[in-house]
Amino acid sequence: MKKLLTPIALILFISFSKADFISLSQDDNLKEVQKTERTSFVVKGNCKMCKKRIEKAALSIKGVKMATWDIPSNMIDIIYDVKKIDLKDVHDKISSVGHDTDKIKARDDVYDALPMCCQYRTEPIH
Amino acid sequence: MIKYTLTTLLFTISLIHAQEIVSGKILYKLDETSYPLEGASIYWLDTDEGTITNFSGNFSIEKIPESDLLIISHVGFLTDTLKVKSVPVVHFLKTDDKNSLDEVTVEKKRKTIQKSYLAAQNIMKVTSEELLKAACCNLSESFETNPTIDVNFSDALTGTKQIKMLGLEGPYMMISEENIPMIRGASQAYGLTFIPGTWIESIQITKGVGSVVNGFESISGQINTELKKPFKDLPFFINLFGSQMGRFEGNIHLNKKVYDRLSVGFYIHANNNNEKIDQNQDSFLDRPLSTQINIMNRWQYTNSEKGLVSFFTWRWMQDQKQMGVLDFNPLQHLGSTTFWGSEIKTNRLDVSFKAGYVFPELPYQSFGFQSAFSTHDQDSYYGLRIYDIYHESLYKNLLFSSIIGNTMNKFKVGVNFNYDRYVEKVDNIDFKRIDKSMGTFFEYTFNNNDDISFSGGIRFDHHNRMGNFITPRIHFRYTPFENFVFRISSGSGRKTANIFAENQKMFGTNRLINITKNGTGAYGLDPEIAWNYGLSVMKNFRLLGGDFELVVDYYITDFKNQVLIDWEELNRISFYNLEGKSSSKSFQLGLDYKYKQFLSISAAYKDYVIKSNYNSGYLLKPLQPRKIFFLNTSLESLLNGNGSQWKWDFTINFIGDQRLVKTIRDSENQFSPKYNLFNSQITRVFSDKFEIYLGGENIGNYKQVNPIIDSQNPFSLDFDSAQIYAPIFGRMIYSGLRLKL
Repeated sequence: MKKLLTPIALILFISFSKADFISLSQDDNLKEVQKTERTSFVVKGNCKMCKKRIEKAALSIKGVKMATWDIPSNMIDIIYDVKKIDLKDVHDKISSVGHDTDKIKARDDVYDALPMCCQYRTEPIH
Repeated sequence: MIKYTLTTLLFTISLIHAQEIVSGKILYKLDETSYPLEGASIYWLDTDEGTITNFSGNFSIEKIPESDLLIISHVGFLTDTLKVKSVPVVHFLKTDDKNSLDEVTVEKKRKTIQKSYLAAQNIMKVTSEELLKAACCNLSESFETNPTIDVNFSDALTGTKQIKMLGLEGPYMMISEENIPMIRGASQAYGLTFIPGTWIESIQITKGVGSVVNGFESISGQINTELKKPFKDLPFFINLFGSQMGRFEGNIHLNKKVYDRLSVGFYIHANNNNEKIDQNQDSFLDRPLSTQINIMNRWQYTNSEKGLVSFFTWRWMQDQKQMGVLDFNPLQHLGSTTFWGSEIKTNRLDVSFKAGYVFPELPYQSFGFQSAFSTHDQDSYYGLRIYDIYHESLYKNLLFSSIIGNTMNKFKVGVNFNYDRYVEKVDNIDFKRIDKSMGTFFEYTFNNNDDISFSGGIRFDHHNRMGNFITPRIHFRYTPFENFVFRISSGSGRKTANIFAENQKMFGTNRLINITKNGTGAYGLDPEIAWNYGLSVMKNFRLLGGDFELVVDYYITDFKNQVLIDWEELNRISFYNLEGKSSSKSFQLGLDYKYKQFLSISAAYKDYVIKSNYNSGYLLKPLQPRKIFFLNTSLESLLNGNGSQWKWDFTINFIGDQRLVKTIRDSENQFSPKYNLFNSQITRVFSDKFEIYLGGENIGNYKQVNPIIDSQNPFSLDFDSAQIYAPIFGRMIYSGLRLKL
């Protein structure tokens, strides 16, 4: 049995060290530990296609760990690594695929290329 | 929210997010004319799951467990909240005088069998609604309306239904309860009948090799049942069932919130069959006299702020069956050759504890721990033969899941430990053994929530009989365009053949048991090792005003080693290690059609080629239908305002021919006749609280003639009750009620 425990412990150790442990204390001695932060801001959009596009754009930045965009509230929930990225990068990236954020507006030509259902700047007419 | 995440991450290890779709239409009225409302947003209360209606006012949204309240909003209209129940809802909205919105109609449909579109594995989820379609009563009878699983009859004595996936019996599947391996070892033969149907919340079926997380034992597939949870289940539920043949069942559920975070549930099941029936007049009972008492008590603790969920469950079950000749009385005739009789008495105790922790700041990261202990004690005799088994089992599993980089890359890692002690008595011979294994696993899943997902798992185990070994399993999904899914899977699995427990029907024969002991594992036989390869294609399309779903799949199970069960020789049953080839090839073509909420049709054609190198040649597996055609039709009437409704369900199985082994009844290379089975049920829902149902099983009344071979001389060598290819029992009419408070 002892022979067996070493590889198990090793595998567990390797995998755990890869995991994103949140820093347990604000102590400066723990600088080596990754520092994650959670934030949310407004991203304009309409539908499920928008959701896919916005989340994909946010996750394409190295350092963004989780990105969930909510359709009704137009809020994006982000967990990211503060040491690796600046939040502005995320705003840049999302606007570059055609979605306005509360900081950066998307370019008109990119916006115009979005599919019909994603045209969030025009209010539905009735 | 956190509560859900917890349960999903930790207990639904099979990664399932099967889709339940709620769809409907949003309309508004202007001058007595209805118009569709475009661009209304629809979302579940307190969640981020939402969608908007298209130009014709239609929407469809994935059902989620966190909420059943749909919020419908649109600029210039009144926002409304709808409670989506498990039945179709028609909703009328009160108008706001200032606005033109007069009416909102939501039509809802929910599929009762849902196939996953995003997971890498071929998983389907069967909801409790689907389970209501079949007669009753326990897990073994829950698959009759599902084409993926075949239900067979194991023997002419107990009438136990046996399930098969890819043409392979229960032992080659992993059957778990809330991800704790459950039907294994001693409970293999009758274990499915020990799980009452009303306790089941849902069933997840994985076709082909499953995940490495739960162990190395699964080969042809995994069936995981989720039981009702005290936190969510109704405070009071009662179900009564009776059939014209003297079978009665009762179920009571009681759930109570002790305080905010702690809930407790009591689930009691009892069934009884005390009418002696012999329709075919072979002097043997057509179905056993039986009694079962089954009690479960669950405690659920949920603390969403801290991200904790925990369950403590214990259950106790006692089951008794009496079979054999009508005049047999155990008190007088046990041990004598006056009358042939048989009894099986089982006592089972299960205790389990699970705890899950989700890091509150990191919702994608969690720990899960499971621990389960069970004892299974069966004493039985069949005429003069004896089979006793005591099985004690301990299972522990620790799981950690998180992400690599971002949530598109997830992994699970953990260890599990298994201990099994078996004490068996077969006729006059005692067998004792202890099996211990410890293993560690790692599973990586990539899912871009779009066109590709991949899951690759590997585990390393040490087993006291099988040594050290590696089990790899991979799954891949590709969606090249919308509504088209392509999947492949491959992986290995292995198990110890519990030759007696898994083949208890042999005791209902007087065949001599012959074991060729030239192996290294239990009973002098080698462990069974197999590889499974699968390919599956799924396509959805709209036609004739409804939704079609076409599924084609092909699975191959290739045995490297197998313990063959050889019935070929007269008056003998032999167990030996495979030499040469053994494989199972299964093809399935399925087509489902759903028209609004009224009609759904599911058809499937299945083709099996299962061949093994027996001592007497390369032969088809006996008693396995070569072809099966399945058709299920469900009709539901429109739901009335007071919640009343009619439901009707009809299932046909065309069972192809099956090879029979040579006996004094059947000649060599003889095939059984083809036959049809019809089941139907009609349900009258009076309100969401009360319903009654009436149904029939085997309505065509097809019965196997002469099911028991040499039934006149049950103590002779030729006596054999295990050569069953069709029902023994004819038409059965039943009725029951469900009351929910």
